Amino acid sequence: MTYEISHLRALESEGIHVIREVAAELQRGVLLFSGGKDSAVLLHLARKAFWPAALPFPVMHVDTGHNFPEVLEYRDRMVEEVGAELIVASVQDSIDKGRVVEETGPRASRNRLQSVTLLDAIEEHGFKAAFGGARRDEERARAKERILSFRDDFGQWDPKAQRPELWNLYNGFVKPGEHVRVFPLSNWTELDVWQYVREEEIPLPSIYMSHRREVFNRDGMLYAVSPFVELLDSESPFEESVRFRTVGDMSCTGAVRSEAATLEDVVTEIAATRITERGETRADDRVSEAAMEDRKKEGYF
Amino acid sequence: MERTSRQRGDGYTNLALLTDGLRAEREQGITIDVAYRYFHTPRRKFIIADTPGHEQYTRNMVTGASTADLALILVDARKGVLEQSRRHAFIASLLRIPHLVVCVNKMDLVDYSEERFREICDEFGGWSSKLDVNDMTFIPISALHGDNVVDRSESMPWYQGPSLLYHLENVHVASDRNLVDARFPVQWVVRPMSDEHHDYRGYAGEVASGIFRVGDEVVILPSGRETRIAGIDTFDGELEEAFPPLSVTLRLEDDIDVSRGDMICRPGNRPSEAREVDAMVCWMSERPLHPSGRYRIKQTTRTVLAKLDSVRYRIDVNSLHRDEEADGLSLNEIGRLSLRLSAPLFLDEYRRNRATGSFILIDESTNDTVGAGMVL
Repeated sequence: MTYEISHLRALESEGIHVIREVAAELQRGVLLFSGGKDSAVLLHLARKAFWPAALPFPVMHVDTGHNFPEVLEYRDRMVEEVGAELIVASVQDSIDKGRVVEETGPRASRNRLQSVTLLDAIEEHGFKAAFGGARRDEERARAKERILSFRDDFGQWDPKAQRPELWNLYNGFVKPGEHVRVFPLSNWTELDVWQYVREEEIPLPSIYMSHRREVFNRDGMLYAVSPFVELLDSESPFEESVRFRTVGDMSCTGAVRSEAATLEDVVTEIAATRITERGETRADDRVSEAAMEDRKKEGYF
Repeated sequence: MERTSRQRGDGYTNLALLTDGLRAEREQGITIDVAYRYFHTPRRKFIIADTPGHEQYTRNMVTGASTADLALILVDARKGVLEQSRRHAFIASLLRIPHLVVCVNKMDLVDYSEERFREICDEFGGWSSKLDVNDMTFIPISALHGDNVVDRSESMPWYQGPSLLYHLENVHVASDRNLVDARFPVQWVVRPMSDEHHDYRGYAGEVASGIFRVGDEVVILPSGRETRIAGIDTFDGELEEAFPPLSVTLRLEDDIDVSRGDMICRPGNRPSEAREVDAMVCWMSERPLHPSGRYRIKQTTRTVLAKLDSVRYRIDVNSLHRDEEADGLSLNEIGRLSLRLSAPLFLDEYRRNRATGSFILIDESTNDTVGAGMVL
C-alpha cells in the first residue's frame, strides 16, 4: 500500500474540507447554483461532505430570466434529487422593484444586473457565506482570489486587501453585514472538472454536449438565437453543430462548433484546447482587460 | 498577451502579464499577490504559486510556501547568489518545503561555463548549510533558450543531471506526508436525524496525518475518553483505512461526547496538550504585533485566544541574524514568540507535522489574519 491518491481525489478532499469548515464556522450559508458544470460539481461535493445527512444550507439560483430552458429543467431535477431547499433570486424582480435598470439595444445583457440581485438576496436572507463554483484557472483576477474571499458591507471585493490564506486554515470571521464568498473548486482546472464529471457520472444540462442549433455570428462568437437577443442587420441565423462550454445567460454565452457528443469526446476536446472557456465563449469577460476584476469588486460571483 | 503588450507599448511580449492578474499590478509593472497557475504533463498535475520576490512581500511568499511541495529559486548566473535568493531559501526552509530546486538561469550569458555554475552551487550550498533543507538540487538552465528546461541541453555536455521538467515530474512527494502520527481534527458532527439513519452519529474531518483503520483504538482529546473506530464512511462507501489528505467520516464504537475542535488520535501517540506555545511567527498585517494584544489563534479546527508572553527574538531574513532586543513584529517580519493560550491546543512540532504544527493569528477587532505560526 503506497497511500497515494489521484489528483482528482485530492481536489475532491480539499473541496469537502473547505465546505465543512465554512458550514461549521459560518452559521448561515448558501450554495450558488447556476446549473453549470462547476456548480454541479460543487453541489456533488456538498452532498458528499454531509452524507448521510442532508445539506445544512439551501441552494440559490440567481435567475436572469434569460436562461436556457434545458438548464432550468436540469436545475429543478438536481435540486429535487439532492433534496435541497431551492431559493430563486430573480433579476426580473430587481428590475420591477426599480433596484436596477434594464439595458437596451441589441447588446443588452442582464449579466451585470445579477450582482445587485445576488447582493440583495444575500442581505435579505442574512447569508454569511455563499459557496460558488469559480475556479482560479478561469480568469486572471480569479487566479489571485482566495478560497474564502471576504466581502465588505457593500458586497465589494478589495483585491489589494485580501486576507492571507495559509495551509488549510481558513479565516471565516465576519462582522454583521459582511459575508464571504467560498470557492471550494479554486484549484480545479476545466479539465479536472470534466474528468471528475466523467468519473463520478454527474448529470449535466444537455447543452454541454454537441447538438444542432440555430445560431448567429457576432464578434467572432456564435450565439444561440433566442427571444432575449435582438439581431443586428448584418447578422443572419444559421444551423450548426455546437455545444456550450459554460452556462450563463443566453444573451452573453457563446457556443463552440463541436461534434463532441459524449463525455469522453468532451474530455478529449478539452484536453487539446488552449483557450479557457471564459476567454472563448463569454462576451461579459471581453468588455475590457479587467472586466472580471471590475465586476468582482462590485459583488459579482 | 501579445495584444495587451502592444496596447501597453511594451517593446516585446511581456510575459509578466501572465501572472500579474490585477489591474494595479499591470499598471505598476509589479507582482503584488500570490497568483496560482495550473498546468499538467502526462505524468503530473502542477499548481504554481507565483509569489513576488521583494522583501515587502515576504508575507505573500510565506503564504505561497505554506502549501508547496517544492520551491524553485532562480539565480542569475551573472549576478550569483543575491540577498533575495538567500531570503527565499530561508523562507522555504522555515515553511519546511520538502524540496528545493535552485535554477542557475541565464547560463547562455556566461558561455555555459561549468566553472561558474560550480561556483554558484558552492556559494549557495555553503550558506544554506545553516538552513534546514533536506533535498536541494541545482540545475543550470537558460530559460530564454530552453536549455535543460524540458530537454537536456546540448550546450552543457558537462551537466549530467536531469532537466528541470524531468525533475519536477519525478521528484518523490508522497513520502513527504507524515503517515506515522495518527491525527484527526474533528470538523463537523454528522447527525442526519432522519428515519433512515436515525441513530447515526459520525465525525467528519480531513485526516491530518497518520493512518486510521477500522478497529483501531483511539483517544479523544481533550476528554481523554478511549474507544475504537467502528467504521470509516464516505459517500462512496465504507473504507478499511484512511490517510492524509482524505476527507472522511469516522464512526466510534462508544457513544461519547465529541465535538468540533476535538482531536482523535491513538492512545500511545498523542500530540502535546499545550497552554503555552513557542513558535516562529511571520507577521502579516500593517498593524504591528501589539505587546498586550489579544488574538484568536486557529490551529486545525480549533480556535482559542492567545496573548503574547514574550518576543524571544526577531530574525533578519537576509542575514539570519537574531535580534534578541526586539520587542515586537511589524509587517513582513519573522520572529520567535511565546504565546499563552486561553484553552489548550493539541500541537506537534511543525517540522514533524505541518498540519498540526501550523496556526494563524486573527485580530479580534478587525477579523484580519495577522500572523502565521510554526510550532517549535
